[in-house]
Amino acid sequence: MIKPGRKRQEIIGNLRLICKEPLLLVSILAIFYFLLTFVVSPIYMVIKTSLIVDKQFDLSNYLAIFSKRYYFQPFLNSMILGICTASTGTLLGFAFAYAITRTPIPFKRFFRLTATFPIISPPFVVALAAILLFGRSGSLTPIVKIIIGEYSIYGLGGLVLVETIAYGPIAFLVLYGVLQAIDPALEEAAMDLGASRAKVFSTVTVPLAIPGIASAWLLVFIESMADFGNPMIISGDFRVLSVQAFLQITGMYDLSRGSTLAILLLTPTVTAFFLQKYWVARKSYVTVTGRPTGATIKGLEWYVKLPAYATCLLFTAIIFLFYGMVIYGSFQKLWGVDATLTLKNYVEMFQVGKDYIFDSLTLSTLATPITGIVGMFVAFLVIRKKFIGRGLMEFVSMLTFAVPGTVVGIGYILAFNQRSVLFPFVLTGTAWIITTLLIFRNMPVGIRSGIAALQQIDPSIEEASTDLGADSNKTFRKITLPMIAPAFFSGLAFSFVKAMTAISAIIFVVSGRWNLITVAILGFVDNSQYAQAAAMSLLLISIVLVALGIIQVMVGRIGKGARTVSIVG
Amino acid sequence: MRQDYLVLKSLFKVFGSGEDAVTAVDDVNVQVKEGELVTLLGPSGCGKTTTLRMIAGFELPTSGEVLIDGEDVSTTPPNRRPTTMVFQNYALFPHLTVFENIAYGLKIRRDSSQDIRKKAEEVMGLVGLRGLGTRSPAQLSGGQQQRVSLARSLVMEPKVLLLDEPLSNLDAKLRVSTRLEIRKLQQRVGITSVYVTHDQEEALTLSDRVVIMHQGKIMQIGTPQEIYARPVNRFVADFIGKANFLEGRVGRITSQIQIELDIMGKKFQVSVQKDSFSEGERVLLVVRPESVTLEPKKPDTLIGTVREAVYLGSEMVYEIEVSKSLLTVQIANPQEHVAFEEGDEVTITFQEKNLHILPYEEAQ
Repeated sequence: MIKPGRKRQEIIGNLRLICKEPLLLVSILAIFYFLLTFVVSPIYMVIKTSLIVDKQFDLSNYLAIFSKRYYFQPFLNSMILGICTASTGTLLGFAFAYAITRTPIPFKRFFRLTATFPIISPPFVVALAAILLFGRSGSLTPIVKIIIGEYSIYGLGGLVLVETIAYGPIAFLVLYGVLQAIDPALEEAAMDLGASRAKVFSTVTVPLAIPGIASAWLLVFIESMADFGNPMIISGDFRVLSVQAFLQITGMYDLSRGSTLAILLLTPTVTAFFLQKYWVARKSYVTVTGRPTGATIKGLEWYVKLPAYATCLLFTAIIFLFYGMVIYGSFQKLWGVDATLTLKNYVEMFQVGKDYIFDSLTLSTLATPITGIVGMFVAFLVIRKKFIGRGLMEFVSMLTFAVPGTVVGIGYILAFNQRSVLFPFVLTGTAWIITTLLIFRNMPVGIRSGIAALQQIDPSIEEASTDLGADSNKTFRKITLPMIAPAFFSGLAFSFVKAMTAISAIIFVVSGRWNLITVAILGFVDNSQYAQAAAMSLLLISIVLVALGIIQVMVGRIGKGARTVSIVG
Repeated sequence: MRQDYLVLKSLFKVFGSGEDAVTAVDDVNVQVKEGELVTLLGPSGCGKTTTLRMIAGFELPTSGEVLIDGEDVSTTPPNRRPTTMVFQNYALFPHLTVFENIAYGLKIRRDSSQDIRKKAEEVMGLVGLRGLGTRSPAQLSGGQQQRVSLARSLVMEPKVLLLDEPLSNLDAKLRVSTRLEIRKLQQRVGITSVYVTHDQEEALTLSDRVVIMHQGKIMQIGTPQEIYARPVNRFVADFIGKANFLEGRVGRITSQIQIELDIMGKKFQVSVQKDSFSEGERVLLVVRPESVTLEPKKPDTLIGTVREAVYLGSEMVYEIEVSKSLLTVQIANPQEHVAFEEGDEVTITFQEKNLHILPYEEAQ
């Protein structure tokens, strides 16, 4: 048998290997430092602040969670909102994904693109559209009033509606991948053995998709809980944690109470995230390979087609209605009073907002490549290298996924408004605090696309390179990087989108000198200048679309060689 | 010529720790001569690939040493080891052309571009890839991809060439011709090689010596002839070729290298290693199917009943029942022998010089 001392030789050997590549060692240490400073320490600061009342350590905030309404009510509301949105969003996503992967519905590509559109637009645009449509002087309000009587779009109902539209597409994407990966031969086999269509659906399709459904549900739950923009615009008297935390801090200057609310928000989202990542994902029967299986079932019965098609059409119609309303609204002279078409909103928006536009573009452009490169490098280290603390690195860099923007934002103002041992500069009020926040907030996007890409590349290709004399650094540059370039650029595209549309964390760190478009839009909404808000939202969406187009072209050029990855296996 | 060009000295590899620990490689000791081709052979999960990866440096030994040409490389990273590997799935760089794939290692080593061109062209000629330099790996057939992988490793002139089941992705016919090519090439270049496979036929035809592994341990090291004729235990006998195992007992020891064996009531003379058995000991007789001859039933001989007769063209395979156990018998050139049918009774004769006995072991 092996003596325990033997294992030490192996560990020491691994250490020595890393020491022989000083560049690798330095990058690992640097990444740990950055993660500690910009990810862990802000969260730690929020926890610490929530435990300090009147400059003293005090548990009273937590002891009061179930007795004080200003803690308990928002917590309950956020949970209800999260559960409702997750359920409706998942249902919508499943129906949509089923229609596209399993039925012979025409225009699949069109439906898919439309359904994913809310993902690239700022989420709160949906809330803005909802007000334009169903608000006090909304275009459709009179009609709806005739049908359902007196109602208000402000509150839980409106929130669930807009968040379902905003985050249902995430469930769709997850379930699309899962359903596509389920081999249709399984369903055919079940039919062959005498199961009816309904029986196949309930005994094969759904059970196989259950882990995917749970994943989708939890992801939408997290997004909904952490959402700030939509509740800020449309929650009315329905108080949720993210908005309450923001108001406590910027309105009442009560950092301690705001931090406690943020922690209340953090707990369920982190729990949901780890449930999703470590429990649900492990139960999965299918591995999403991205390889389509051509799963269309011919000769489907009407009772399967009808609801699936109806969902597709209805949801697509809603998306066109909502975003169309934003376009229409942006040209109206005075919202709800004078419907004459005009360009004046754009002029006004631009006069007020040109600095915001400039700042948003500059900072996002600065942050995006750094996000992409660091994210890719972390993915490379985590997936391909052996070193002590690798698990920790993965854990921490994934943690940022689960932490609501509100918590991060509060953490940043707490951590960087003074010098500290970790970071001897004050960042508050500078462009740097926004940039670093964007980088570390969006890094999981880069890491995730990197990990997905790396997992598809056979490790022996990189081993072959090392075997032929290249060190880790050269192997990464000459072999790995060219092969993951397409994933790299789509990661880049998505983190640019996220940077441009970010609001929940960023709203805490903007300043008079540096401000962003999303904050400006919220400002317009706050002043009831809906037309200007709509105009600016459209501008933002156009910028994002142009950037996506540019990156698409680049991927098309660079990705050509790398598309042929599948010569192995 | 060095006798200890590549040395594996009490190599251990443990995956996991605590209760989940799995000893994948368990005290492996091998010496490979310069220019020799040694095969690591065993069923999947026997630790052969892990051993190979420890030679390459992709896995670090939990304990033990790897020495190449007298130098301890146990903790040297793979990129600084004088070894190159031909991967099971070839691991060609999909974004580089055939030529760029082959030149990759030379470029990393900063050879001059003339040198690179010269060496690459040469090796491409050697493996029969001339004129395909500008293709991308995806445009090649499986056999060609395999050659690129081999060329890419050979061009580095490594001290030790490692091959990890390089033929397993080829179809059966190509596998046979390619393994002959690999053997010829290896002998022409004279490169020390370690070859991993689970295919015993491949191992026997290719190797100077074969290392048989099972559950992380080395079972036997020897030339193909030694391993086939004189397996050291039931596992090796069973794994290499086909074998019938007959239980018996040692009778009289007639001389130092001859013993008498009682099997199914008959006596046989068998040659053995000196002093390895004692009178009355329970033993296993290893009978290769081709070491048996069958004749029409004669009195006072070992008699069996044909239970199955299968004609395979080049040979006839019989299953013969002898006192409740089944014996597989292969008769080459069936047209020159009497053919038996199911139910026939036959006289069984063993070619005594090809019999081999082992200490008794239960079947696994």
